[in-house]
Amino acid sequence: MISEKTITDFIYREADLLDTMQWQAWLDLFHPEGRYWMPLEWQQQDPVLQPSLMYEDLLLMKVRIERLAGERTFSQKPKSRCHHLLQAPQILVCDPAAGVFKARTSFLYTETRGDALERFSGWASHDLVQVGDELKIRLKRIDLVNFDAPFGNIQLFM
Amino acid sequence: MAKYGKDPRAIGGLVRDAEVHRDVYVDPEVFDLEMEHLFPNSWIYVGHASQLSKAGDFITANIGRQPVVASRHTDGSIHLFYNRCPHKGVKIASEPCGNTGKFFRCPYHAWSFKTDGSLLAIPLKKGYEGTGFTDTQANDGLSRIKNVVVYRDFIFARLSENGVGFEDYFGESLSTIDNMVDRSPEGKLAIEATPIRYMHTCNWKMLVENQTDTCHPMVAHESSAGTAIKVWQREQGDSKETPMAVQLYGPFMSPYEFYEQSGIRIWPNGHGHTGVANSIHSNYSDVEGYLGQMVAAYGEKRAHEILGEVRHNTVYFPNIMVKGAVQILRNFIPIAVDRTLVESWVYRLVGAPEKLYERALMYNRFINAPTSIVGHDDLEMYERAQEGLKTNGNQWVNLRRLYERGEEPDVTAVINGTSERQMRNQFHAWAKYMTMDMDQPVEAAE
Repeated sequence: MISEKTITDFIYREADLLDTMQWQAWLDLFHPEGRYWMPLEWQQQDPVLQPSLMYEDLLLMKVRIERLAGERTFSQKPKSRCHHLLQAPQILVCDPAAGVFKARTSFLYTETRGDALERFSGWASHDLVQVGDELKIRLKRIDLVNFDAPFGNIQLFM
Repeated sequence: MAKYGKDPRAIGGLVRDAEVHRDVYVDPEVFDLEMEHLFPNSWIYVGHASQLSKAGDFITANIGRQPVVASRHTDGSIHLFYNRCPHKGVKIASEPCGNTGKFFRCPYHAWSFKTDGSLLAIPLKKGYEGTGFTDTQANDGLSRIKNVVVYRDFIFARLSENGVGFEDYFGESLSTIDNMVDRSPEGKLAIEATPIRYMHTCNWKMLVENQTDTCHPMVAHESSAGTAIKVWQREQGDSKETPMAVQLYGPFMSPYEFYEQSGIRIWPNGHGHTGVANSIHSNYSDVEGYLGQMVAAYGEKRAHEILGEVRHNTVYFPNIMVKGAVQILRNFIPIAVDRTLVESWVYRLVGAPEKLYERALMYNRFINAPTSIVGHDDLEMYERAQEGLKTNGNQWVNLRRLYERGEEPDVTAVINGTSERQMRNQFHAWAKYMTMDMDQPVEAAE
């Protein structure tokens, strides 16, 4: 039975997989129709007909992850590392009967590469579904507090 | 110590026939001179009339380092001002866009101005009586930029009072903007989306040059486009149709021969474009219903002419690039000698199927965003160049690919698509527009 603690543990584990760069294990958390979305507008509703920083399906996420390890991926010489600092997730919906699980998690995210360090703040929203005994990500949405500011390279996943 | 000052010969000496001195990218003094001379002497993109659809609408921008504000007046006309109150210099508009109502009101002392810039009211106006205020520039209201042209809704301005006229400056290069607008069945574009903004720690000219650099995609973007192709080939299974995403990434891996035959066209004053015969945008899937709309609007022959012109990147000197075929404009906004803000705008083709807008937005985030795997490697190259150019061992950047002795400047020509001639074309214009308002300019304006 999926409980609120199952959801919270899932979100902590997801961040941990990113921080430890276990990319394949991270991808395995997604539902086959899962999406990773970074909107570019405040309270954005539409990922496709409004501009986004990212709106990616599994194919595109695989491209990103495979690229990170590429011999000729020049922007990853040296490689980036990341760190997620999460607030306790706020469980919005935990309805095992309907199979609907939603949470919102405030975060501080750090991405470093060489001597450079960039820090971002925002909220991660998880729409999860139950597949067998497990939760899978249907949508992970990242809303940055300063989504409208110009950034340098953001190369990993928040 | 000023090396270049207002000395046209020293500035001209930075540009050889097929080489440029590294100081054009790394010397803060050269950057200051660009802000004082090159940008004011050139026609600079300010914004799009669709951003000013109602009276009182305004947008703000910078021309070089100078903040400006464009507004839609009650009579429908568009006006452009320096964005400062004539009183103490406070910017009268601080947001990228908005609606100011019937007048601008300075938030400091409540001086107010009509949306055509004229002075409307000052509190305690009596205090200025007999002070000679009416003889000051402040009495005229917001300082106005006179040389403004709205070409098919694209707003351009030249700050210098004297200089090359709009038509002479752009000439036939306007055909790319024409083609982008004509791709709407209603002949109309609209900005509905906020731009993607991407900060680059490099000189702005590196970005401009890269727009017509056709020998880098298969090298620098092998990691992104090459991986996209590889992953798709592995994962496609029984899929018949290549997804839009792979259609957009894939052509970046086109071989040298593809770019060679697709060609580059150069125009006078530093403008030019890649993709003359065809381009990386040529083979996208048709969007259902679109051709029918275009034929209904323009007739069979003209519709095919418009859609058959699939240019790649058009550089409008000095600092924008337009992609007519995917309705994107990239604005390379200089912040400092080693800092450039890139704003990438998408235009919606009014009356065209939504799918085209979806594709343009997708292209923009794939290629022009700080989260773009294509952009990551481009920026990496620029940053490494910005560092590498500090070395004294070789102080020249080489632009000699397919150079021919006695190459004429300021001509219209179609050439091999891997030529670096458009970069040479830009630097010829650069020296000209840097010095045309100095004594003894490098070259008089035509």
